[in-house]
Amino acid sequence: MGKTIAEKIFDAHRVDNPADDVHVIRLDAVFCHEITTPLAIHDLVNRGKDRVFDPDKIKVVIDHVSPAKDSKTAMQGKILREWSRRHNIRDFFDIGRNGVCHAIFPEKGFVRPGFTVIMGDSHTCTHGAFGAFAAGVGTTDLEVGILKGVCAFRDPSTIKINISGPLPEGVYAKDVILSVIGRLGVNGATNRVVEFTGPVIDAMSMESRMTLCNMAIEAGGTSGICSPDRVTIEYLWDFIKDEYASKEEALEDAGRFLSDADAQYDRVIEHDVSSLEPLVTYGYKPDQVKPVREMESIPVDQVYIGSCTNGRIEDLRVAAQVLKGKKISDSVRGVVSPATTQVYRQAMAEGVLKIFLDAGFCVTNPTCGACLGMSNGVLAEGEVCASTTNRNFNGRMGKGGMVHLVSPATAAATAISGFITNSELYKG
Amino acid sequence: MKNFSGNVLFLDGSDINTDEIIPAKYLTENSKQALKPYFLEDIRLEGFNARRDVEGKNIIVTRANFGCGSSREHAPWALEVNNIHLVIAESFARIFRQNMFNCGMMAVELPARTIDDIFKDFAHRETYLETDLDKSVFTITADGRHAKIPFSISNFDRALITTGGWVDYADSKY
Ligand code: SF4
Repeated sequence: MGKTIAEKIFDAHRVDNPADDVHVIRLDAVFCHEITTPLAIHDLVNRGKDRVFDPDKIKVVIDHVSPAKDSKTAMQGKILREWSRRHNIRDFFDIGRNGVCHAIFPEKGFVRPGFTVIMGDSHTCTHGAFGAFAAGVGTTDLEVGILKGVCAFRDPSTIKINISGPLPEGVYAKDVILSVIGRLGVNGATNRVVEFTGPVIDAMSMESRMTLCNMAIEAGGTSGICSPDRVTIEYLWDFIKDEYASKEEALEDAGRFLSDADAQYDRVIEHDVSSLEPLVTYGYKPDQVKPVREMESIPVDQVYIGSCTNGRIEDLRVAAQVLKGKKISDSVRGVVSPATTQVYRQAMAEGVLKIFLDAGFCVTNPTCGACLGMSNGVLAEGEVCASTTNRNFNGRMGKGGMVHLVSPATAAATAISGFITNSELYKG
Repeated sequence: MKNFSGNVLFLDGSDINTDEIIPAKYLTENSKQALKPYFLEDIRLEGFNARRDVEGKNIIVTRANFGCGSSREHAPWALEVNNIHLVIAESFARIFRQNMFNCGMMAVELPARTIDDIFKDFAHRETYLETDLDKSVFTITADGRHAKIPFSISNFDRALITTGGWVDYADSKY
């Protein structure tokens, strides 16, 4: 019987089966940020277990509240800094070199096909875009990951979503994933891996695949996953070129982690996006989605472009295309947070940041920022934000605030009009 | 081992997320105890008032997909510091469920029908639930009414509860 990508990854990493359906797997990477890791460090120290399994496999960033906003967040950074130094963790990205975790770690080449990755962050599923098994975990799992380099998971049964198109012009990976979540529901993929396949995925950039896999958790999924292919190898080539004689060889090696034709799936869903429109969420759950067209009278107070979902260069370019030569509405506060320092630099070099500034946007440093309402860009009670992030939970961007999730193109068009609006890039 | 018997708090809603269980703005707290007063602060459920209804409760009974959203282990900790060590639901988000057992607490799934019956028969009363781990049975009592409800958890989950959690288990084994 054939196997799925996730099953093949589990087979290659299994250490133990403490119960029939529980697999303890070896980890290739443990990622850390300053919100969840200090608690794990604290607990390890208290238990007299202040050790790390392999300093080269632990990657650390300060991203959620950066720069620190008060003494408490400053302390979270300090704990992480000192711990990284104490254990010789060399890949530590502090302010000035940092970026949102799920954007910066792929950019540094830390995720490879067939890898197993955990992080104390639910959107770790993003890294499955590289053909890896990547899952968010809580503090205790993170602690054990840091200490022993292992983590326990249940059977990685998989939902396959075969996405056929073509994707209409002006409709993006964000709209695709919102449509998938709308179809599955917020609970539809719980305890399942979500494998995205089909011609639309094959044609997507790594950035778009990351947007897609990023929101697998919003349907409850353990990890999103895409088949590693030529696009994956091209993206990673600078980091892996010493390990392979050619790209063909790298591609062949990644082929160990492709689902077999006769693999067993929990469900297979055919998802046709050829007539998909740009989408927007309307409630407090990410599966509450409607076409933008049906929400066009809703005024917004803020537009936020950024996050691990849509803060990459591709996203900023699309928004800039819409904003070019225009001004945002007087009634809107526009905030853009390039996801990483490299994205920031590139957006500056390409003139993208100038377009944002000329349009009247506030350009912040790379950080999670408004996405989780912990530092900047917080909404006041009763305010509304169109946001390229991934969660519209009640209170997410500030108590009493409302978040509508949209693509960067829709966000930019909305900033200009002051109302939720389709961008002119969508010709439907 | 933690205590899994006590008074029941009914949360009649599905998809209760970790932002509702403990809002993001408290994630900068460096001690579990500091989370205590903010538990369920942002939840909106008809007839529910966190300040009034949480005190003295030890068990939550709720519906589907409890604990979805962020991976924050602050959610089970917020339960723990409020002396709630057992959640019974139709289903859980994966990370939340794992976090509970990793902390030596229990997240037990029961069929939707059973959950429905518990809500119907007990939700509007002062309800006490007794957990018999050896026999894997819950006994629910209110106003002289009793119900015995069998449950199952895996041996691995049981080992996590009895060893006090995943850190000691994993460190001794791997
Ligand atoms: S950008 Fe938002 S969703 Fe992504 S890691 Fe940061 S807080 Fe989490």
